[in-house]
Amino acid sequence: MVNSGHTDRPDSALALDFGQQALRHLGQPPTRVRRLFPGNIPFFKYNWRKEVWNLFFAVGVIMGGFIAATLLHDPEQVKVAPALAASLAENGIDDFSSLVPTQLFNWHNLLTLKGFIFIVIGGFLVGFGTRYAGGCTSGHAISGLANLQLPSLVATICFMVGGFISANWIVPFLLKL
Amino acid sequence: MSKIKSGATTDIAETMNTDFEVRSLDTHCVNASEVNLPFWYNLKYMLAGIFFGIILVKSEVISWFRIQEMFKLQSFHMYGVIGTAVVVGAISIKLIKKLKIKTIRGEDIEFQDKKFTKGQVIGGLIFGLGWAITGACPGPLFAQLGSGIGVVAVTILSAVAGTWVYGKFREKLPN
Repeated sequence: MVNSGHTDRPDSALALDFGQQALRHLGQPPTRVRRLFPGNIPFFKYNWRKEVWNLFFAVGVIMGGFIAATLLHDPEQVKVAPALAASLAENGIDDFSSLVPTQLFNWHNLLTLKGFIFIVIGGFLVGFGTRYAGGCTSGHAISGLANLQLPSLVATICFMVGGFISANWIVPFLLKL
Repeated sequence: MSKIKSGATTDIAETMNTDFEVRSLDTHCVNASEVNLPFWYNLKYMLAGIFFGIILVKSEVISWFRIQEMFKLQSFHMYGVIGTAVVVGAISIKLIKKLKIKTIRGEDIEFQDKKFTKGQVIGGLIFGLGWAITGACPGPLFAQLGSGIGVVAVTILSAVAGTWVYGKFREKLPN
């Protein structure tokens, strides 16, 4: 759990920063397949048995997402701010039936430059950035701020600055690709 | 620490990174439970994950649209969700400290202070850029996948690759 430097007992409450923990975990498979992963990197040498709980948590989140989208499905269209809807429509995104714009995030687009940037490059930035920052939204912005940690405030401000730059200037440019 | 049998590589237990400072910077499990429990005890984390996943979807924080609105100041939604979570978290932590609440295994709950690193700035900016592009931070990626957006599996793999690259070049990055 970790992170957030707070309730760090696996038995205590929720996984405050399981997100980026789970990402690292997936990069650190059990010993028998470890040889597939190149490099002798200290960062990935840890007692994975002790932290395997966060893989269980991640699988749970996937299952929770599935339950929410099936049993608890909301047939209503996603309400999108008019200004955003208008600017997206200019770029061919007008389907608001899913929480994620499936006109952008789909298997076909993966092979286009635009889709590749949104799906692959975006994911890389998220994985690299959260690891380097030592936490993500849950670790820094939520549990870090809740524990009054100044470094978490710095990190959160940087998340927001990066997000503002990206959403206001980079994403609009990428959508036109 | 259980000894892990390893055929080809060196013994993990010996080479394990035990430097507390480094581990806490990397937000490793620095004060994990001392109690060793059977593997299936981990299932309770899966239950917590299922609950969390449902919340992530129903509160719409996994929505790419909501993330754009947040960064374009077009809706209060995300600020409300995150703000509420911070307040609830702050109250919870206060109560845990004040009442010295223990874990369900009877262990003390310790809080570690975070230290300033350059990564919080550089990594934070990089994550922010990616956050607005993917419309998701690491947790919601898993919920997006579960909610039926299959291609997000590629985003997750790419994020794992990003994590791996960080691990690989960690010593060379400003810290």
